[in-house]
Amino acid sequence: MAETMELEVFRYRPEQESEPTFQTYEVPFREDWVVLDAINHIKDEIDGTLSYRWSCQMGVCGSCGVMINNVPKLSCAAFLKDYYPDQIRVEPLTGFPVERDLIFEMDDFMTKLTEIQPYIIRKEGEEKPLDEGEYLQSPAELAHFKQYSMCINCMLCYAACPVYALDSTFIGPAAIALGQRYNMDSRDQGRDSRQELIASHEGIWECTFVGECSAVCPKDVDPAAAIQRAKVSSTVDWFKEVLIPWGKKK
Amino acid sequence: MAKSNEPIWWSLFSAGGMVAAMVLPVLIVITGILMPFGLAGDDPLNFDRIHSALSQPPIKLIIFTVISLPLFHWAHRFRFTLVDVGLKSVSTLIAVLCYGLAIAGTIVSAVILWNI
Amino acid sequence: MGEKEMSTYIRSVPNTWWMKRKPYFLFMIRELTSVFVAGYCIFLLVLVYKLTQGVEAYSNFVAAMKSPTSVALHLITLAFVLYHTITWFNLTPKILVLYRGEERIPQGLIAGTFYVGWLVVSILVAWLVLGV
Repeated sequence: MAETMELEVFRYRPEQESEPTFQTYEVPFREDWVVLDAINHIKDEIDGTLSYRWSCQMGVCGSCGVMINNVPKLSCAAFLKDYYPDQIRVEPLTGFPVERDLIFEMDDFMTKLTEIQPYIIRKEGEEKPLDEGEYLQSPAELAHFKQYSMCINCMLCYAACPVYALDSTFIGPAAIALGQRYNMDSRDQGRDSRQELIASHEGIWECTFVGECSAVCPKDVDPAAAIQRAKVSSTVDWFKEVLIPWGKKK
Repeated sequence: MAKSNEPIWWSLFSAGGMVAAMVLPVLIVITGILMPFGLAGDDPLNFDRIHSALSQPPIKLIIFTVISLPLFHWAHRFRFTLVDVGLKSVSTLIAVLCYGLAIAGTIVSAVILWNI
Repeated sequence: MGEKEMSTYIRSVPNTWWMKRKPYFLFMIRELTSVFVAGYCIFLLVLVYKLTQGVEAYSNFVAAMKSPTSVALHLITLAFVLYHTITWFNLTPKILVLYRGEERIPQGLIAGTFYVGWLVVSILVAWLVLGV
């Protein structure tokens, strides 16, 4: 007797409805299946109209983020057996506008990633000429920012963040972690440039350290820690600027 | 987006949080359990002893710190809590009220302690 | 043939979002500990104020601290303040990231140092207040 389980999937087809609905599908239960396998089964065998994002199936591309029973997860990393025999509810990531079914608009996220200036910035006149060779970096210096470079842009952290859900002007966990990845890179000199965004009201100061962003991150980037550390360094900066106003203007 | 002046409130929040975390539990145990159940020795909170202790400036400063900083911790945290439950539209008013109350409490405790 | 405008759907967030999942609920409890922190500080302020009002006013207030209501309020406050202390110290390694070369100093060591500090401070405060 083949085992099955039910997936209750968020459907939104703007050309035929103005409000989303839920559709329940019965899928085979296999020990080694993940939710993405079940969704692919639905698309291939049951309902070809279901739309969703996916790619690598192995947790490195960051495409398949969905809400599974209200928890942001990669659908390729959530095993059916962890939910069987209960029904699973699958919805698009929270906090983002829905385009169709499980596909959400990620424009805001992409904008914020670019605004944080995610590249090595050198000060005026301090760019090393090519014939002087590479910038050298020790393993210890690499260790300082490596964790923040592991982000796969899956946006689970934004979906987990209640601040972002309530106010999408918040810069958000991944963007700040990315900013810190460069701020803490020994080759970079662009921290002051990024501070305009990071140390603004919409930056780190909207964060209330719920910590769920780090809890759901599939790559252990720990964006919550990146944000709190930015609060400390920004506060030190602020006191320096206030108490030593004649200090070096940047 | 300009750099914010949040750091002043966040510093007070952090300092207050650390003071509260370190000092408040033992004080609560003293005033809430040890003292009421007679486990605190020979009437240590009697008027003469406490009054002479609080007449000394260093003690006044410590008590002032223990009262004032955690109030700022509350103000900052409570302000964001109210915003998080949907009061974002009046966030400026909330901030003014919360920090205002903390400042008021600070001034009141300074005045009271000064006059002992 | 007209183009039907297809709109994205914006889902609203209820103000009760924090009741939907345990981590969010615990977060809200943590945030509400600040109310009890402030409450106890006001209590301390009143105690100091009573001191300025003379022996009788002060002694009456200290006597009232023995009432069941006072003890009950203290116990509830203690529960919330302890939750603040524990969550506070447990988060310190996230903020205090220290390295010895390539190796990060273990998180347990950082938090542990604060717990030890807490023990020392508590003993010191008890000794000062109770004079034992």
